[in-house]
Amino acid sequence: MNTLLYTFHFYLFGLISIASAVAFVTRKSPVAAALWLVNTMFCLSALYVMLDAQFIGAVQVLVYAGAIMVVFLFVVMLLNLGQASDVTDMRGLGGRLTAGLVGLAMLAELFALSRIKFPRLTGAMGDHANVVNPISAPLFHEYLLPFEVTSVVLLVAVVGAVVLAKRGPGAS
Amino acid sequence: MMLATLAVMASDPVVYHTYYDPLVPVTALPWLLYTILKMIIVFTVLMVGVAMLTLAERKISAWIQDRIGPNRTGYGGLLQPAADGLKNIMKEETYPDAAYMPLFILAPMLSFIPSLITFAVIPFAAPFSSRWGLVEMSVADVPIGFLYILAISSLGVYGIVLAGWSSNNKYSLLGGLRSSAQMISYEISMGMAAVSVLLLSGNVSLQAIVHQQQTMGWNVFPLLIGFFIFCVASFAETNRLPFDMPEAESELIAGYHTEYSAMKFSMFFIAEYSNMVTASALMVTLFFGGWDIPGTQWDNIPPWTLLKFLLTLGFFFTKLLFFLFLYMWIRWTLPRFRYDQLMSLGWKFMLPLALAYIVITGGAILVLDMLQVPRSVQWFGISPFWAVLGVLNLVLAVLVFVILDRGRIISPAYSRLSPLHIARLRAMSAARPFAASQGD
Repeated sequence: MNTLLYTFHFYLFGLISIASAVAFVTRKSPVAAALWLVNTMFCLSALYVMLDAQFIGAVQVLVYAGAIMVVFLFVVMLLNLGQASDVTDMRGLGGRLTAGLVGLAMLAELFALSRIKFPRLTGAMGDHANVVNPISAPLFHEYLLPFEVTSVVLLVAVVGAVVLAKRGPGAS
Repeated sequence: MMLATLAVMASDPVVYHTYYDPLVPVTALPWLLYTILKMIIVFTVLMVGVAMLTLAERKISAWIQDRIGPNRTGYGGLLQPAADGLKNIMKEETYPDAAYMPLFILAPMLSFIPSLITFAVIPFAAPFSSRWGLVEMSVADVPIGFLYILAISSLGVYGIVLAGWSSNNKYSLLGGLRSSAQMISYEISMGMAAVSVLLLSGNVSLQAIVHQQQTMGWNVFPLLIGFFIFCVASFAETNRLPFDMPEAESELIAGYHTEYSAMKFSMFFIAEYSNMVTASALMVTLFFGGWDIPGTQWDNIPPWTLLKFLLTLGFFFTKLLFFLFLYMWIRWTLPRFRYDQLMSLGWKFMLPLALAYIVITGGAILVLDMLQVPRSVQWFGISPFWAVLGVLNLVLAVLVFVILDRGRIISPAYSRLSPLHIARLRAMSAARPFAASQGD
């Protein structure tokens, strides 16, 4: 019963996320494309929750769907890119052929990877009482330096964005 | 199977006493039944509650303005929400020609659904010992509790921004953009303020946060500043006065829902009120002990009887209604902020304050734990840990409110403009002769 429900939900969310991803690439209107991407993110977070990685699932929605995509949408609307245009990114026969070949290569890689048996991680989940500890403990003990370096890199990006935005013709 | 289970439910509890352990959570079929029951009841109570809140809002505003308010439909106007609902269903749905139809129809739903499902993780009463085991009193007892609420409520902004954009109306677009900017800005302060609660409880599960407050005392005292930031930010998040920028009737007609009519308009309205309910419930859970009954430990320990369940439920709802009243009270007390004031309050005051507060709270908790100050209740029913943090917060509160009262941070209407700003404004009015000829 449980495995049946699990399989059902796995295929449900998996299929929706793949379909949304396809729709995301094929839509011409940027707003519609952005929304399909949000849908993909949402289904991925459902899959994370099914893998018992509830924290990652929540953060996926919070960061990608709730923050980054909203800002994307914002930019699309403010620059009035919302209407579909006739401009296409397809660049002749050569481009199409390359794209098809790359796609085939990735598909072959997927099939090759699916034949490998990955080792199953067992017993690493710990208790359900606290879902943040298993993530925060390694982050702030073992990987403290990479974590801090990453935050500094992000800070540099933020400061850089502000500096570039301020350097307009109107500012002195 | 279902009928047999229901028959067992209806019979005498004493007979089945030997078959269950009252402290082990329910499993399998009873779990499913109880979950469905909780879903139906919580959804119904929320929807009816939202309808009654619209009436309460009108009654309270009437009371504050010394009027009578709606009193024609039903006894004392009690059926007014039903009449309003009926009216909204019967009204014509208008579809603007220039609107982008798929998103125009999707937007009210995107606003409506997140606002309803956030309530699912709020623990609203003490658990109840049924004859199959313990039933937790929240629809979904997820271990990520608070993060779930943050994640889902961050999706609510899509409804508003898409409504504004798809209407293809400049007032709607301005309302939608204002609103999304406001919600994104204050969401950060809100999350940051709640981090102090998570630091104190050491967990993100709302059940664990309630339990921590039961053993230690309500968080509102030791985390006073955090509560202040959270409260202000949740007013901004729910788009209520004094932060109702997205609507701002005098400037934007009706903001993002200008083009909406009938039930689609109603859905935005319901979303706003159920967001209010969730925000109030969150303030109660994070800072006011959730379903805890103050001054007694009787409600925190098993046996989980029906009486205990009802009493804690009553206390939760009393606290919830107080915050809902606060929302309406403030609406008729404070005027609307100007948009730049709103933004500078959010980014230049609330966010730095929240960040500094995380550092201070984290440091204080670390020091108190290193000094081995006991967290549990010690003298006169007061926990020393709680008291020391509380005194620290009182000092901080005095400092913060003195600074806030200086009138420099949120750029009040009478603040001086910089010479550069004045020059730019003059250049703008000189460039538009029509505006200049109007005399301003």
